[in-house]
Amino acid sequence: MRAASARFLCAATDLQKDLGEMVKKDKVVVFMKGTPGQPMCGFSNAVAQILRMHGVDHYASYNVLEDQELREGVKVFSNWPTIPQVYFNGEFVGGCDILLQMHQNGDLVEELKKLGIRSALLDAEKESK
Amino acid sequence: MLPSVSRCARHITVSLSVTRPLAHFRPHMDPDPKRPIERTIRTKLTDKFKPDHLEVHNESYMHAVPPGSETHFRVLVVSSQFVGLPLIQRHRLVNEVLKEELSSCVHALAIQAKDPKQWGMDPTLGKSPPCLGGSKGDRTVEEKLKAGRD
Repeated sequence: MRAASARFLCAATDLQKDLGEMVKKDKVVVFMKGTPGQPMCGFSNAVAQILRMHGVDHYASYNVLEDQELREGVKVFSNWPTIPQVYFNGEFVGGCDILLQMHQNGDLVEELKKLGIRSALLDAEKESK
Repeated sequence: MLPSVSRCARHITVSLSVTRPLAHFRPHMDPDPKRPIERTIRTKLTDKFKPDHLEVHNESYMHAVPPGSETHFRVLVVSSQFVGLPLIQRHRLVNEVLKEELSSCVHALAIQAKDPKQWGMDPTLGKSPPCLGGSKGDRTVEEKLKAGRD
């Protein structure tokens, strides 16, 4: 029993370490239910749609429904109790509510700019002028 | 919202920016004894934030869970304690207050955390996106339902 607990703790610790690398490997990282092409949750879908609207098509996404350890581990790692979770440049941004508010108040365009990503909405605005 | 963003927002099928007008009837302010989780959430948020305005909505009926469930909530907290705090800090404070519920029976929590000035400028409640059925057959949600019943 003790050996099993120790193995479990090792696996959990390894995951925390892996998550530390996963969130830094790509500029935009999303932990979600389902995939960007087939979200399995309305809130995850909202995140995928917002990113798509801004022209952010290439980002790392991890489907927590396929991996229960990841699902629980990312909540510990981020100290955030719900999915979806969004990271920009290794920094935790928030969930669906925060991303939506950033999208609505214009902050998301600015944050993407800091990542070196030009929001597609700026081009749409340019075309309309 | 930027006019260009507003124009783009209309093109998507899921409305991300729909809000509903401030409800003048306030059933959400009257605790339902049959809804212990909702009552607890309301009490905890009131005690911590001393809110100018508080709404606690059980949105479980919008999701693939049995009727009467208390698994999915939307909360709107208007408090002067949020002044000067970035969104993420506000949300973390709310998460912390509801830590116990989030680790047991509450599966989803949509949060709007405004300071009184922001609320005065835009007194609207956000609207949750339509469910895509992710809770159905989800073992984690089943465990949360069980925790709520126990």
